[in-house]
Amino acid sequence: MSAPAPALAAAPAARPALDLQAILKDALLFALVTFGLCVPVVAYRTDLSSTSALDLTPRWGLVAILCGLVFLARLAQRLILASRDARRALTPSPRQATEAVDATPNAAQSVSRFGLPLFLGVALTFPLLAALGTGGLSESRYWIDLGILILTYVMLGWGLNIVVGLAGLLDLGYVAFYAVGAYSYALLSTTFGLSFWICLPLAGLFAALWGMILGFPVLRLRGDYLAIVTLAFGEIIRLVLINWSDFSGGAAGISSIPRITFFGLPFTADEDGFAASLGIPFSPMHRVVFLYYLILVLALITNLVTLRLRRLPIGRAWEALREDEIACRSLGINTTNTKLTAFALGAMFGGFAGSFFAVRQSFVSPESFNFLESAIILAIVVLGGMGSQIGVAIAAVAMVGGPELLRNLDFLKPVFGEHFDPNEYRLLLFGLAMVVMMIWRPRGLISERSPSVVLKERKAISGSLVKEGHG
Amino acid sequence: MEVFAQQLINGLTLGSIYGLIAIGYTMVFGIIGMINFAHGDVFMLSAFIALIAFLILTSFLGIASVVVALILVMIIAMALTALWGWSIERIAYRPLRGSFRLAPLISAIGVSIFLSNFVQVVQGARNKPTPPMMREVIVLFERNGYAVALSYRQIVIMVTTAVLLAGFWYLVQHTPLGRAQRACEQDRKMAALLGIDVDRTISLTFVLGAALAAVAGTLYLLYYGVVSFSDGFVPGVKAFTAAVLGGIGSLPGAVLGGLIIGLVETFWSAYFSIEYKDVAAFSILAIVLIFMPSGILGRPEVEKV
Repeated sequence: MSAPAPALAAAPAARPALDLQAILKDALLFALVTFGLCVPVVAYRTDLSSTSALDLTPRWGLVAILCGLVFLARLAQRLILASRDARRALTPSPRQATEAVDATPNAAQSVSRFGLPLFLGVALTFPLLAALGTGGLSESRYWIDLGILILTYVMLGWGLNIVVGLAGLLDLGYVAFYAVGAYSYALLSTTFGLSFWICLPLAGLFAALWGMILGFPVLRLRGDYLAIVTLAFGEIIRLVLINWSDFSGGAAGISSIPRITFFGLPFTADEDGFAASLGIPFSPMHRVVFLYYLILVLALITNLVTLRLRRLPIGRAWEALREDEIACRSLGINTTNTKLTAFALGAMFGGFAGSFFAVRQSFVSPESFNFLESAIILAIVVLGGMGSQIGVAIAAVAMVGGPELLRNLDFLKPVFGEHFDPNEYRLLLFGLAMVVMMIWRPRGLISERSPSVVLKERKAISGSLVKEGHG
Repeated sequence: MEVFAQQLINGLTLGSIYGLIAIGYTMVFGIIGMINFAHGDVFMLSAFIALIAFLILTSFLGIASVVVALILVMIIAMALTALWGWSIERIAYRPLRGSFRLAPLISAIGVSIFLSNFVQVVQGARNKPTPPMMREVIVLFERNGYAVALSYRQIVIMVTTAVLLAGFWYLVQHTPLGRAQRACEQDRKMAALLGIDVDRTISLTFVLGAALAAVAGTLYLLYYGVVSFSDGFVPGVKAFTAAVLGGIGSLPGAVLGGLIIGLVETFWSAYFSIEYKDVAAFSILAIVLIFMPSGILGRPEVEKV
């Protein structure tokens, strides 16, 4: 009876005492810094008054709320961390010593194997699901449009993944190739009357050509310099599109671009339209559903090509290049050509996506191709886990579909007042998500990598064992 | 000739502002080898801080003298922007030290997007004009009815830049902080072994960079009299171009590069086309990085195996 008693008594004593005072002080410091950051940008709002001078509206209440929130968040974080540390101090994890080198993917990552067929199944039947869910094809328009938008970003993400994820070249001007594709279709169809099905391969070719022209001089640069030069090229292309009005229609863009046809059959209510030829009643939704499947097929082609290329010598050379450029050079790999193929292929898929964008919108303007768009595509690739195809798809759903949820937050209006527009916060959260992901999971959501060459059995390896972006 | 002289003055003024921002890029790159993509947006934020501080000082506290107000505004903007710089480094960059190479750059892009949209959310998307300040000009000479003028604002901008650069040069060359900074630049691990607090030095680098960006922001506001939430990106890229052109890692190089970019931009607008002035700046960036990556005053980088 007497033996266990000291052990029980000793247990709480061994637990390091919570230093509440230090934690409170720390949280107060955080609140104080927040206060400093909020003054004066949050505390006073500037508004143009009727006399075109600026009026100041004080908002100290908002500052107080923000400081309070930060205080509470930091307090909670410190308390949780402290109790976790205390628990860990008592029971050291058996994996502790091996954690850093442990290469087996965790449970969440293995799920992707079962998730894959599910994901594909949902993607294939999405219009049907949407129609069933909303109770009619026309009612499901919003959802199918959203699906098209997400798939466009999935495709762009997969295209960029060849450049960033596989070859390890950080490209901040990817949107330039998207623009080349979109303008190729817009100009070819409005000037020469070519159909979408002829323009689609042409747009890809043009974009790949531009990828080579832009890529050739810059590919010997170091990783972050390459990033900045591609950013400069992306901006140059956008500025030229804005200013060269004779060629591109200037800032107003090009409108009334011919719409998509079903391999020649237009989606109209006419005699020779798609619906009449098939003998079914006309519905404007046919075109939308067709666009959905078109982008799905385009995206899947991108994925398939990438997966196959990874197993070819060129794909292996990309990944080897990402890991160690100097070793590649000494093994006789032509690094310039290898990088150039990655750049051109990535650009080509960007071009395909661009011409799809033009045919869907039937309007293009340079403002659709700004730096932010590049950053969003890059964010999708990075958050998905560079090099992981399924990760990129999940990230695209989260990053493009997630903000749509914000539109439905109107019930918060009574809390924050009538002027509260959740959509304003979309990009704010976007930027935050990029920072948080880099700190929390720098390897992205899906950080496992499956090697393309195996000796005996196929094993996934942790992303922390590969080195991205050391271009 | 008259147009040339006038454009020279305008270009040097603009170049001074770019130079001040470029110092922030070049110092951070020198010490941790990272492109602080958010620096342009820190500059934009500082212009907003300066704007609001100026409005508070003149309308609430009733300070009539523009000079006194301007000095106070600059001090306030420097202090608050430095706090932003410090916080950004602590939250978004410090945890990533030792992560893979592109992680800080991606995080910086995130901070950049966050900052510009933060300002948009809290201040609104419209352009914010300031009341006109220091409109007086000195006419240097006049010929054929074209007067070459130097405004008080331009004098203030150029003098401030020169004084700050001199002070900064002294700080880096002759103070313990500057020594620690240069030591970290050469070899961070060795500096740490010799008892330099590397984290503190890096923090201070960000603080100094942000404070200089705040000066640039105040001067920008004074010069253009208007600021909006999207004004960070293009000046940021141009200042980065300046840093690269002058040789990244070199302080005089940053200012020299800034002046060159400012002059190129002004002359380009005056003699060729104003629409393509940004294209000119971006092209310089690409050309310099491709053909002269070590810049004018920079040291060539040695590739180690």
